[in-house]
Amino acid sequence: MEIFELIRKPWPWYIAGPLIGFTVPILLLLGNKSFGISSSLRHICAAVIPANISFFKYDWKKEAWNLFFVAGITLGGFVATYLLTNPDSLIVAESTKASLTQLGITDFSGLMPADIFSVENILSLKGLIFFVFGGFLVGFGTRYAGGCTSGHAIMGLANLQWPSLVATIFFMVGGFFSTWILLPWLLNLVR
Amino acid sequence: MTTIKNSSAAEIELLDKNEDSYDGTNQQSRTESFIGNLKYLIVGVFFGIVFVKAEIVSWFRIQEMFRLDSFHMYGVIGSAVAVGLISLQIIKRFKIKTISGEEVSIPPKHFNKGQIYGGFLFGLGWAITGACPGPLFAQIGSGFLVVIITLLSAIAGTWTYGLLRSRLPH
Repeated sequence: MEIFELIRKPWPWYIAGPLIGFTVPILLLLGNKSFGISSSLRHICAAVIPANISFFKYDWKKEAWNLFFVAGITLGGFVATYLLTNPDSLIVAESTKASLTQLGITDFSGLMPADIFSVENILSLKGLIFFVFGGFLVGFGTRYAGGCTSGHAIMGLANLQWPSLVATIFFMVGGFFSTWILLPWLLNLVR
Repeated sequence: MTTIKNSSAAEIELLDKNEDSYDGTNQQSRTESFIGNLKYLIVGVFFGIVFVKAEIVSWFRIQEMFRLDSFHMYGVIGSAVAVGLISLQIIKRFKIKTISGEEVSIPPKHFNKGQIYGGFLFGLGWAITGACPGPLFAQIGSGFLVVIITLLSAIAGTWTYGLLRSRLPH
């Protein structure tokens, strides 16, 4: 029972990081698959809305493993949230909390701020910015860059690929710019 | 306003030739059956659990990372890279084969300017949504159903990239 209690608590980085790192050899040894997740978005396009665009004309069924993988991630999210529920609420760093409070974020109880990520915001400016615009940038940017944090920052860096280092550096540059300049402006817009 | 230089046909052709260097490629010569693909579903479940239990699917953790208020995300990514790197070295050094006996092969990544422009644009979205593509799926599984909209929009973004690809600088 003690082990179960330990599993239910949030996992520290030195447990989670290595487990994520092990996904790299596991996928390779199971079937010569390179770790990467954003490609699933492209396969969905190729399978559902190819629209005669050459970028979506390829044998996506050969890459279907990736769709099984993301279906698994969704299921894993469910298992972790509903069966291995964290007994306490999320602890957010005090300085982050203070900065976000100033920007109008009030609810720090869940994994995601309820002020933004709730169903009633879907048809509002908040929804347009945080779900539609943000999501669009994630999908457009990762494909333009040829990968995301998994494909470049983990798989690419682990395989010592310098283009992945370039991509990872610009992921971080974009993230810092967004956090310090874009986000305060956007949060003021929707306040 | 900067002018956007169109990618030449030769550049796009080169990109297509390097298609194998996209993330998540499958280099196995044998095709996977439906049952065979279930292996990856199981790996995904395990992975999704790690994502949520380490709270890296949390919007707040991403904020902490970019505000330099917490080491957590840097520790996760750094140790994941370290473990991945060491295991790849072991696989290469000892020529460890896949379970179906094939030689492990990882296509090299080729540089193009998309890694700069696209990387920056993804970074913007990363801090806004608090998610990269993997965590998007885990957030939906965690019950944040509005993230379905984010995911649909990410698919639309990917589709738009495919549409505009030859007109973007690479």
